[in-house]
Amino acid sequence: MKLTLKIWRQKNADDPGRMVPYELDDVSPDMSFLEMLDVLNERLIVEGEDPVAFDHDCREGICGMCSLVIDGTPHGPQQATTTCQLHMRHFKDGDVITIEPWRAAAFPVIKDLVVDRSAFDRIIQAGGYVSAPTGSAPEAASIPVPQADAHAAFDAATCIGCGACVAACPNASAMLFTAAKITHLGLMPQGQPERYGRVTAMVAQMDAEGFGGCTNTGECTAVCPKGIPFETISRLNADLLKATRKAS
Amino acid sequence: MAVTGAILVLYLIAHMIGNLKVFLGRDDFNHYAHWLRTMGEPAVPYRTVLTIIEIVLTVAVILHMWSAVSLARRARRARPVRYAARPTTQEHRYATHVMRYGGVVILLFVIWHLLDLTFGAVNPKGGDAQPYDKIVADFAPSHWYITLFYIVAVVLVGFHLRHGLWSAFQTLGWGRQNRYRGLRLLADTVAAVIVLGFVSVPVLVTIGVVS
Ligand code: HEM
Ligand code: FES
Repeated sequence: MKLTLKIWRQKNADDPGRMVPYELDDVSPDMSFLEMLDVLNERLIVEGEDPVAFDHDCREGICGMCSLVIDGTPHGPQQATTTCQLHMRHFKDGDVITIEPWRAAAFPVIKDLVVDRSAFDRIIQAGGYVSAPTGSAPEAASIPVPQADAHAAFDAATCIGCGACVAACPNASAMLFTAAKITHLGLMPQGQPERYGRVTAMVAQMDAEGFGGCTNTGECTAVCPKGIPFETISRLNADLLKATRKAS
Repeated sequence: MAVTGAILVLYLIAHMIGNLKVFLGRDDFNHYAHWLRTMGEPAVPYRTVLTIIEIVLTVAVILHMWSAVSLARRARRARPVRYAARPTTQEHRYATHVMRYGGVVILLFVIWHLLDLTFGAVNPKGGDAQPYDKIVADFAPSHWYITLFYIVAVVLVGFHLRHGLWSAFQTLGWGRQNRYRGLRLLADTVAAVIVLGFVSVPVLVTIGVVS
């Protein structure tokens, strides 16, 4: 099929950037979205032009590197799917596809479609860990965890930190990302000693990074490739309220 | 946001129930309006409780707006470059996306409403008339456009509450996957009851049931 791509090109952080149109023939419906961009880039290289920079690593939906806003939706039209796992069969001949980077002040553009997501690392560094020495893997059932908690913690732990939640949020808030880690550790026995200090520190870091405030629009969960549940945000809010009460 | 919103919702419920007294007739309603001012007497002087309520409401509205404005400004700073493609909503909940504009329109309505039925400045009967007469004059059939305006404003409040209540549950930490259906239903029911309760008064006056 034949496509028109409108791609955000930006040389570096200081360049204001602009949308550039590209025509692409012979796109196979079996290609992944990133393979389609590879084909474009091979052509650009042959033509002596600068190829389009975009993030990717595993290309199997587990690393969280790929990060494209496709026609206004992070990771494109297919729900619960990363950009690398999105295939061209979801588009049709003659389509015009707009491709942009995650848009957030806390995720500055490095080049073209690549943004700097180290703000997420700093949120994790602020408290997204347990500092109890856990040693080697213990006997499976030696620390009992209620089945329902284990499931909820596991669902939250599947976050791959891609940042689609921020990209989709009308407020550019990092609430779902932060809440996923709070929920994961807050439901585990190992996470209890640091539970309330963790939520305070991680939320403070999230605010310091310049993310917006959560207004519970639910857009984050809707685009999340891992389907991190919306309740994680309410669990974070519950912990934060309790932490505030404990502090006063 | 959640706490000030909750104060406003409680007030709305009380206000709506009070308004329904119109259906009990002229004397009952005017008597109720008088009681609002004599509440707590003789323990406290005339109009003490009402004045306290008015102060709490004013503070709640101001803090609620202050939170809304700071959230909106933070959101603008957090996304300095906008998307070129129209950002699509994946959640498809209309009420969520009219909170900010809707809130401003509701504020304008509340100002008109106070000028109309509290101070009487824009009421056909003027400020000194009895509350019941002001209502009947306001929504008289020839003033159908005032009724329409009130209906539009109250429906907007309904949308605001539809998302607002549900959002407040989430903010207060009560949201869980297995409770969301119930919480949605609760928010929608409260919103619908408030809309119907408020709208019933002007509509029944306009079609002549109350006169
Ligand atoms: C005076 C003008 C008003 C403005 C400008 C305003 C604005 C807002 C905004 C921007 C939000 C946040 C929406 C979001 O979550 O995205 C909000 C939430 C809310 N509003 Fe209002 N509003 C106004 C009046 C009211 C009134 C009259 C009520 C009650 C009847 C009310 C009840 C609520 C509630 C319960 C919330 C939810 C709080 C939460 O999310 O935790 N608001 N309002
Ligand atoms: S490239 Fe690893 S998740 Fe898409």
